[in-house]
Amino acid sequence: MAFSANLEMVDSEARITLEGELDAAVAGQFRQAIEQAVQQKPQKLVLFMNNLQFMASAGLRVLVFAKQHMGSEVAIYVIGAIGPVLNTLQMSGFQQAVYVQESYP
Amino acid sequence: MDTRIDFYPTHQQQGYKLRPGRAFPFGATLVPGGVNFAICSRHATSCTLVLFEKGAPAPLAEIPFPDSFRVGNTWCMVVFDLDYERIEYGYRMDGPWDPAAGHRFDRSKILLDPYAKAIGGREIWGEPPDWNDPYPHRARLIFEDFDWEDDRPLEKPLKDLVIYELHARSFTRHPSAGVKHPGTYAGIMAKIPYLKELGVNCVELMPIFEFDEFENSRPNPVTGETMYNYWGYSTVGFFAPKTGYAATGPLGMQVDEFKNLVKELHRNGIEVMLDVVFNHTAEGNEQGPTLSFRGIDNQTYYMLTPEGYYFNFSGCGNTLNCNNPVVRMMVLDCLRYWAAEYHIDGFRFDLAAILGRDPWGAPLPNPPLLESLAFDPVLAKCKLIAEAWDAGGLYQVGSFPAYGRWAEWNGKYRDDIRQFLKGDAGMVPVLAERIQGSPDLYGWNKRGPTASINFITCHDGFTLYDQFAYNDKHNEANGEQNRDGGNDNHSWNCGVEGETDDPEVNALRKRMIKNALAILLMSHGVPMILMGDEVGRTQRGNNNTYCHDNDLNWFDWTLLERNADLFNFTRQMIALRGTHTLLRTRDFFGTGPTQSDIIWHGTQAWNADWSPGSRTLAFMLRERQAGQAGNTSSVLYMALNSYWDALPFQLPELPVDYRWHLFANTALPAPHDIHEPGHETPLEPHQHSFLVGGRAIVILIGHP
Repeated sequence: MAFSANLEMVDSEARITLEGELDAAVAGQFRQAIEQAVQQKPQKLVLFMNNLQFMASAGLRVLVFAKQHMGSEVAIYVIGAIGPVLNTLQMSGFQQAVYVQESYP
Repeated sequence: MDTRIDFYPTHQQQGYKLRPGRAFPFGATLVPGGVNFAICSRHATSCTLVLFEKGAPAPLAEIPFPDSFRVGNTWCMVVFDLDYERIEYGYRMDGPWDPAAGHRFDRSKILLDPYAKAIGGREIWGEPPDWNDPYPHRARLIFEDFDWEDDRPLEKPLKDLVIYELHARSFTRHPSAGVKHPGTYAGIMAKIPYLKELGVNCVELMPIFEFDEFENSRPNPVTGETMYNYWGYSTVGFFAPKTGYAATGPLGMQVDEFKNLVKELHRNGIEVMLDVVFNHTAEGNEQGPTLSFRGIDNQTYYMLTPEGYYFNFSGCGNTLNCNNPVVRMMVLDCLRYWAAEYHIDGFRFDLAAILGRDPWGAPLPNPPLLESLAFDPVLAKCKLIAEAWDAGGLYQVGSFPAYGRWAEWNGKYRDDIRQFLKGDAGMVPVLAERIQGSPDLYGWNKRGPTASINFITCHDGFTLYDQFAYNDKHNEANGEQNRDGGNDNHSWNCGVEGETDDPEVNALRKRMIKNALAILLMSHGVPMILMGDEVGRTQRGNNNTYCHDNDLNWFDWTLLERNADLFNFTRQMIALRGTHTLLRTRDFFGTGPTQSDIIWHGTQAWNADWSPGSRTLAFMLRERQAGQAGNTSSVLYMALNSYWDALPFQLPELPVDYRWHLFANTALPAPHDIHEPGHETPLEPHQHSFLVGGRAIVILIGHP
């Protein structure tokens, strides 16, 4: 499945739906979506990962970028991460920096 | 920010935009818009940067450093617009091939950056590599963006540490470990609750710098199983964590995974110490592969004979030239990097005596590297521990240049305690020294008991179970006709060589293990426990399991249930040590500001038997004011009997209102062998002696 990162704003929440495989080749698209979201000055960033099958180091780097760029006052939610994506978040320690949930809201 | 002119390229080659780089820091560093590559060689005549697409067999590009990009002996260049995530890099160096003069430049080789911070090529442990790969260990770029939150090294006082030496793969590789990612950093993380329950507060990881498990790999002549460079005492890259130990290695996230492990251990009050191997590299001798240092600047990085051959003080083919200023700087940069970027709490230096030799091998009176490490501001709070000997015969236990900082693996502690335990006569006087933190070795030059890392077993040699199950080593599985491994084990098999169904022998072995643990944890100095000794792990008599990726090394977690009494005994002994500051003093008794005393006894109170035939000793630890003026501090008493029969030990008088309580008696079967600190069994008020079993130890606590 081709990678896609779609941003929509719902009130003060930036919601990004990720699908496919997030590797180095497409990480730029994800980063672009994050930068667009930052411009909207959201209070919350919600990342839907139910259909994300794989995340490489490049994807994790964008998550770290998002966390650092948005600052600690913006809560980041990771929704529906499963299998290797969830493993990656856990083993890299990133799950401590965000709220990992099965569903949202 | 983007008005800075150093963001912009000044040169172009093959479509790559370049500008002169910065000489420092060495290595590959992400800078705005690009990557700064810096590498030094005193004797190279030119240098070329080689770029690969990740995993590709042939280079993507080769970019010679323009002459104007060289500063002194350092080539430095910024390459713009590189895809950080997808490239690997190496170097080619031009220079003379003149082995007699110490030069082994070979332009056909692609060389690993000595400062590489992540290394590809061995992403999955044990997966056979492409032997024809022109660049087998590949430098990668990393981001320093890990979210440490408020973590930092714990800076626990050395006197309070209980060190647990473990192998990163062996700890959880056994199927019984029951972890999601066996044999990895993530696996260790899953076992943190176990370490906490045991009570240790420092893990010492056997080498986790990138190494090649396939170095000298070969089929086992008996089983056909592959034998590896399993322990990893042979470094490929000093700045990179072993990728094959990371569950996320195939995803290139080994740095994140290892940092996360450190952070989690810290969160649970456990320090992280690394076993570092700076005495040699994976390039071996003249016949070894050219991976990095040999091709970058052989004469700088290695100690060479006048004929240009490699000195072999490490026993591994070559010797890193640590007191050359360039190499010294690399070692310092490396340790600073691990301390600052990975929050490492301390380092144990393998064959550290080598670090005190000059470039021709002679021991230096004031070794610059050891002094630099001791006074380095970044390493100021790190523990520095030396394995104070080398394979060239330099033995410095008690005399390692310490600069008020260095502690030592106390090999004499190991040997003396082993001999006392097996019942050798004449050991009581040295036993007394070892229990006090070895003042005979460290009672000078302002050193204290914490200069002594006490251990009875470590990765080299028998496990504690095997110490009392084998008289002789059984290393046949190593394929060297049992020639390898030490012969001075001071072990005793309790009557039967190897496994037995004899319940008396097995009970005696357990008692001996408990005796050893009791002495270790009652001794002044810093105790170190070998992974699995707390549950009776065996290596089936093999005292040199460096090459086995199997249950000779793996921690069998079913032992935790089968030897639950050993685990409980170890746990309570560690807890006792944590409860009583008397056991954790910074100064030797009778020196410094210490307010405590050690008093020697024997089977007669106040009258220790120091004679050559003696196999008994008892001692009492107390605060000087105990029992006086409202001071109700506890008094500790330990009776050691390595004689084969039970002997009555007369107990010393306690202050008025105090009473003896039994904490441990290794002659008794579980659960009566030990009590939880604070829940000891009181002795009868007028009990003046205690019958200590043959080859047994008793610990009493006196309190009101």
